[in-house]
Amino acid sequence: MALLDVNNLCISFGGLRAVDNFNITIEKGELYGLIGPNGAGKTTVFNLLTGVYKPNEGIIRLDGEDITRKSTIEINHAGIARTFQNIRLFKNMSVLDNVKVGLAERYKYSSIEGILHLGKYKKIEKEMDDEAERLLKVFDLDGEIETNASNLPYGKQRKLEIARAMATNPKLLLLDEPAAGMNPNETGELMDTIALVRKEFDMTILLIEHDMKLVSGICEKLTVLNFGRVLCQGETRQVLADPEVITAYLGE
Amino acid sequence: MKKQTKNNLITYAIVIAAYIILEILMLTGNLSSHMKGLLVPMTYYAIIAVALNLCVGILGELSIGHCGFMCIGAFTSAFFSRATSESLPAAPRFIIALLIGIASAALFGFLIGIPVLRLKGDYLAIVTLAFGEIIKNVINAFYVGIDAKGLHFSMKSAMELNMDGGDTIVNGAMGITGTPHDANFTIGIVLLLISLFVVQNLVNSRDGRAIMAIRDNYIAAEATGINVTSYKMMAFTISAAIAGAAGVLFSHNITTLTASSQYFGYNASIMILVYVVLGGIGNIRGSVIAACILYLLPELLRGFSTYRMLIYSIVLIVMMIVNWSPKVIEWRKRTFGRIGAGRRKAA
Ligand SMILES: Nc1ncnc2c1ncn2[C@@H]1O[C@H](COP(=O)(O)OP(=O)(O)OP(=O)(O)O)[C@@H](O)[C@H]1O
Ligand SMILES: [Mg+2]
Repeated sequence: MALLDVNNLCISFGGLRAVDNFNITIEKGELYGLIGPNGAGKTTVFNLLTGVYKPNEGIIRLDGEDITRKSTIEINHAGIARTFQNIRLFKNMSVLDNVKVGLAERYKYSSIEGILHLGKYKKIEKEMDDEAERLLKVFDLDGEIETNASNLPYGKQRKLEIARAMATNPKLLLLDEPAAGMNPNETGELMDTIALVRKEFDMTILLIEHDMKLVSGICEKLTVLNFGRVLCQGETRQVLADPEVITAYLGE
Repeated sequence: MKKQTKNNLITYAIVIAAYIILEILMLTGNLSSHMKGLLVPMTYYAIIAVALNLCVGILGELSIGHCGFMCIGAFTSAFFSRATSESLPAAPRFIIALLIGIASAALFGFLIGIPVLRLKGDYLAIVTLAFGEIIKNVINAFYVGIDAKGLHFSMKSAMELNMDGGDTIVNGAMGITGTPHDANFTIGIVLLLISLFVVQNLVNSRDGRAIMAIRDNYIAAEATGINVTSYKMMAFTISAAIAGAAGVLFSHNITTLTASSQYFGYNASIMILVYVVLGGIGNIRGSVIAACILYLLPELLRGFSTYRMLIYSIVLIVMMIVNWSPKVIEWRKRTFGRIGAGRRKAA
């Protein structure tokens, strides 16, 4: 059974069919790329997958479970975590606390214990700190746990957003243009991080990217979106050789 | 020790030190009776400022009717204390009154939160503003009496209560008279410390982080699995409850409690908001300090009637610069941060 199975997904905004008859199947452990020109509907697909928008038609299944009409929160608990095209960190909170917000669903104590700092509070907080630091180490952010998220340099903010998403222990990680606005150096480093996350956590990843070179370098499969429709889908090599893709996207 | 824990301890230490100093001044007869009268109000204004900062600074929702919750706490608790003033000894009476005041204010906070907090945008400001005004006007038209047959209510006049003998407790615009003076400076300080304890501990817990995450970015908070509406409800209800505690102190420190605009109107709520903004939004200790200074100052300056408002405005401006100018904040961090950390710069 595929980890993510999307069937005939459609949404219109007024007269605009932003996503039309979208299908995708992602197997566990895959690193999958979603590409397409500006305004093709890539971010809208992410918003549909995470319940920010409700589709007009179609079914989304995660691990066999129908999550189509669920709320963003329920979908996160079901196992999808994401990052955003324009970074959305908890910017007045520390790097550590950003990650601990993501851990909150798995490490619990009651509100009363939280306010009194009694009972399981100390033990669970310690466990959260350890887990958060372990995670931040993977992203090379463990030297900056006390820093305010907004004071991090741009590249590290992107990484922190991925770390926070990983903290919710997802089955599927959605990355919306993780390399946007990065210089080639930072991009290279980020690609290494993504590869590492995939290996370390055995993670399934769906990634939106503009940079063709970057995508072809790390993704096994691609879906090309154009004007809300799937133009081409399959193994990276085949997709990049497709004449329609070349004229619609690469040819520009 | 963690930076946060240390910060919290400093806040308690400042409050306790101020208490000890003022108590010594009082015992040695160095405090005028005018000044003594300001001490309890100072504590309840500090408490409501802490409550409002939880709402505005930690939760990130603007409320401009927080004195409405104080009003609820004041009236419900005063009603109880007045009704039982002969039958109960002071200590249990005050404790029950305190719980009643807190619970009633929390209930109203919860009820207001249900429709408003699921909306995104500044609706809370409008609704709390209306709430504060409505509650005040309703209480002004409220008559409650007690006699052998039980409680009597009316919205018209004391005559309409139809009691034989008995006792009119809430007398419309004349409010509640004769509430026992159960509050004092020590109780005020204890309640302030408890409020600080609750809010500062909350901030450093799972729930507090969720609440601040919503403030910083609710879209990301939802995507991270945070139940935005229920955490907003929680923070707002706690904030209302603490404001209710301030109201209990208020009503047990005066003889005649009326729902007047001076204390419970939107002007009063805005004044609390000024304390919070000038003390630093989200800075709990700052709220306490700002509330104390800004409450005491105009009172202490009554002697210099001509320059009073001038000095007050200058203090407002200075506080704003100290707390909000990036340059000054940086300077403060450099100067005091280093002392706090006890580190010396390497050559
Ligand atoms: N909430 C909305 N209301 C109306 N139109 C929308 C909405 N969200 C997206 N759109 C429209 O849907 C289309 C697809 O937008 P989307 O953001 O998904 O594109 P994208 O592929 O992510 O582009 P980019 O590469 O620029 O990020 C665009 O024409 C956009 O204007
Ligand atoms: Mg996009």
